[in-house]
Amino acid sequence: MTLNRRAFIGAGLATSALLAAPTVWAQAKPRVVVIGGGAGGATAARYLAKDSKGALDVTLVEANPIYTTCFFSNLYLGGFRAFESLQHGYDGIAAGGVTVINAMATGVDRAARTVTLAGGEVLAYDRLVLSPGIDFKDGSVPGWSADAAEIMPHAYKAGPQTQLLKAQIAAMPQGGTFAMIAPPNPYRCPPGPYERISMVAHVLKTSNPTAKILLIDPKDKYSKQALFEEGWERHYPGMIERVGPEFGGDKVEVRPATMEIVVDGTVQKVDVCNVIPGQMAGKIAGIAGVTDDKGWAPVHADSMKSKMDANVFILGDASAQGDMPKSGYSANSQAKVAVMAIRGELTGSKVFPAKYSNTCWSLIAPDDGVKVGAAYEPTPEKIASTSNFISKPGEDAALRKQTYEESIGWYAGITSDMFG
Amino acid sequence: MTRRLVLAGVILGLLLPQALMAADLIGDAEKGEVIYRRCSGCHEVGAGADNGIGPELNGIFGRAAASEKHGYAYSKGLKRMGADGLIWEFATLDAYIENPKALVSGTRMNFPGLKNPQDRADVLAYLRSFSDMPQNIPESSPTAFAPEVTLPPEVLAIVGDRDYGEYLASECLTCHQTDGDNDGIPAIIGWPTEDFVIAMHAYKRQIRPHPVMQMMATRLSDEEIAAVAAYFATLQ
Repeated sequence: MTLNRRAFIGAGLATSALLAAPTVWAQAKPRVVVIGGGAGGATAARYLAKDSKGALDVTLVEANPIYTTCFFSNLYLGGFRAFESLQHGYDGIAAGGVTVINAMATGVDRAARTVTLAGGEVLAYDRLVLSPGIDFKDGSVPGWSADAAEIMPHAYKAGPQTQLLKAQIAAMPQGGTFAMIAPPNPYRCPPGPYERISMVAHVLKTSNPTAKILLIDPKDKYSKQALFEEGWERHYPGMIERVGPEFGGDKVEVRPATMEIVVDGTVQKVDVCNVIPGQMAGKIAGIAGVTDDKGWAPVHADSMKSKMDANVFILGDASAQGDMPKSGYSANSQAKVAVMAIRGELTGSKVFPAKYSNTCWSLIAPDDGVKVGAAYEPTPEKIASTSNFISKPGEDAALRKQTYEESIGWYAGITSDMFG
Repeated sequence: MTRRLVLAGVILGLLLPQALMAADLIGDAEKGEVIYRRCSGCHEVGAGADNGIGPELNGIFGRAAASEKHGYAYSKGLKRMGADGLIWEFATLDAYIENPKALVSGTRMNFPGLKNPQDRADVLAYLRSFSDMPQNIPESSPTAFAPEVTLPPEVLAIVGDRDYGEYLASECLTCHQTDGDNDGIPAIIGWPTEDFVIAMHAYKRQIRPHPVMQMMATRLSDEEIAAVAAYFATLQ
C-alpha cells in the first residue's frame, strides 16, 4: 500500500483520538497549584514554570489581581514611596507560562488532592504550595475585631488599610496622640512595627511637632531595638514613649467607639490607634488542616514540605520552620528550595542541598537605614541560623545612607524576582 | 563631511558646555587617587595593570574609545561610539564618568557616576598621571593594583557546575537583578569568571567589607563559588 496524504491524515487523527483518552491526558503533565501570590507564592509559581521549562502545569491562585507589597509599605507611610510603587500585577508571571487565577481559594481536599475556589471551580493538583501569609487571631487585643479595623487599622496587610492609616495620621489634631499596639511573637516582619513608629515620627516631626507617639508593646525586647532606640533619641527626641510589659504593655484593651485605650486599667484617649494583633497562618492553611495548635504550619527544614502531608508545601509567614523570621525575603528564599524539591519529585531534576537566607532593612529617618540578616541551613529539627550580622549603633552617615540605597536596590531586585 | 566626522562633531557639540565648565577646574591627583578607589574594583592602572572587569586605564588620554588593539571585550555600545570617532580626552572622559550610560547607551560600565565636577576633575588628574602628556599635573608614582586575594591556581582552575550555579544563583537574585540594573545594588552579570571568583573569595576572607556578601560567600565552598561564577558569566 502506498500511503497517500489522506490516508496519512486519517492515521494521524486516530492516533490523536487515542492520546486524547482522559486517563492518558491526566498523566501528561504533573500539576502544581500555588495558593497566594506574595513573596513566597509568586516566586514559587514563577520559578516552577521557568525552571521546569514547560514540564509542569503551574497554576497560581491569588485573590487580588494587583498585589501590594507589605515590605516598603512603611516607607509609603513615611512619604518616601508612592503607593503605586508598591503595586505589582501578575502579567509577567502569566507570560512565564503560569495560569493565573484571580479568585479566593476556599477549600482544600487533601485526600482528593483538589482545591476549591470561591466560585465553585475545582482544581486538581499533584503538589500544592500554600503561601497564604498571615491572618489575625481573634481576641488577641480585647475590644478589637476585624470590624474595628476601619476605625483602628492594623495596616499589616498592605492595601486600603495602609492608605487609611496614612490618612488618619495626616488628619491628627496638633499635639494629638498616635498609639500603636504592637503584636506578640511570632509575627510578620519583626522590625516592621518599629520601622513604622520611625516613619510616623518622621511625618509628625514636620507636620505635627507637638504630637506624641505611644508604643504599647507586650514584648520584653524586639528586633534591632538598640538601633531604633538610638535613632529615635537622635531624630525624634521626646516624641516616642514605649510601654513595655513591665508597665502593662501586655495588658491592653481598646475601645474603638470612643477611641480609647486601656493600659493596665488606665484609660487614655488617643487620636490614631494602629492595632497590630497576634497572628497565625493565613486561613486556608487551617482549612487545609496543615496547621498546629499554635496556628502555624510545621514544615520539614530541608524542603518546606508540610509535616502533615507529603504533597503539600508551605512557604513564608504561614510556615513554622525554625529560626527564619517571617519576612518577604525569607519567603522568597524558601520558595526556591521548595521549587527545587517539587521539580525533583515530579520531573526527576537534580536536587541540591537547601540553603536559606534573609536580610531585613529598616529606615529610621531620611538616609538612616539599618539592616539585620542571617544565613540558614536545615537541621533534622528545624531551619537553623548558621551566621548573622546586624548594623551597629554609631555607624557614620555615609554607611547608613548606603544601607538605605541598598534597600531600594533590594526592593527592585526582589520584586523583579517575584513578578518577572 | 563623512558620517564619522558629523557624529564626532555632534558629540563634541553636546559636550562643549560641560567641557568649558570643567576646564575651569584644576584637578588634584592626590585627592583623585582616593576617589579612584571607587573605580579600582573594575579598572587597573599603573605598572603591570591589566584588563579585568573593565579595561586597564594606562594611557587612556588620547586613546580611541573601544580601541581594538587594547584587547578588551568592549560592549557593542562602546564599539559603536569608538567607530563613530569618540576619543578619550578630558571633556569626553568627564562626561562619561559623570554618567556612563548617558554618553554611551549600552555600555557595560555599571557606575552611577560622579556628580561633583571637582571629584571628576580630581580623578581625571590622577588618571592623567598614567598617560603620555601629564600637562600641569604633578607626577605621582604609578600604583599597581594587586588582586584583592591571591588564589591558588587549583582554585581558579575549578570548572563550575552551571546547573548547580543556577540554583545557588537564585539566592543572589533576591537582590541582584538579571537585567543588570545597578540601582543601590551592583550588577553582577557578565563578569569574567575569574574576577567573580576572586571577588567572592575576597568576601569569604572578609577582605571586602560588605556584611551581607561576607555572609553569603562564607558558606559557599570553592566549588560552589565556581558554580555561581559559571552561571552568572553566561548572563548578558
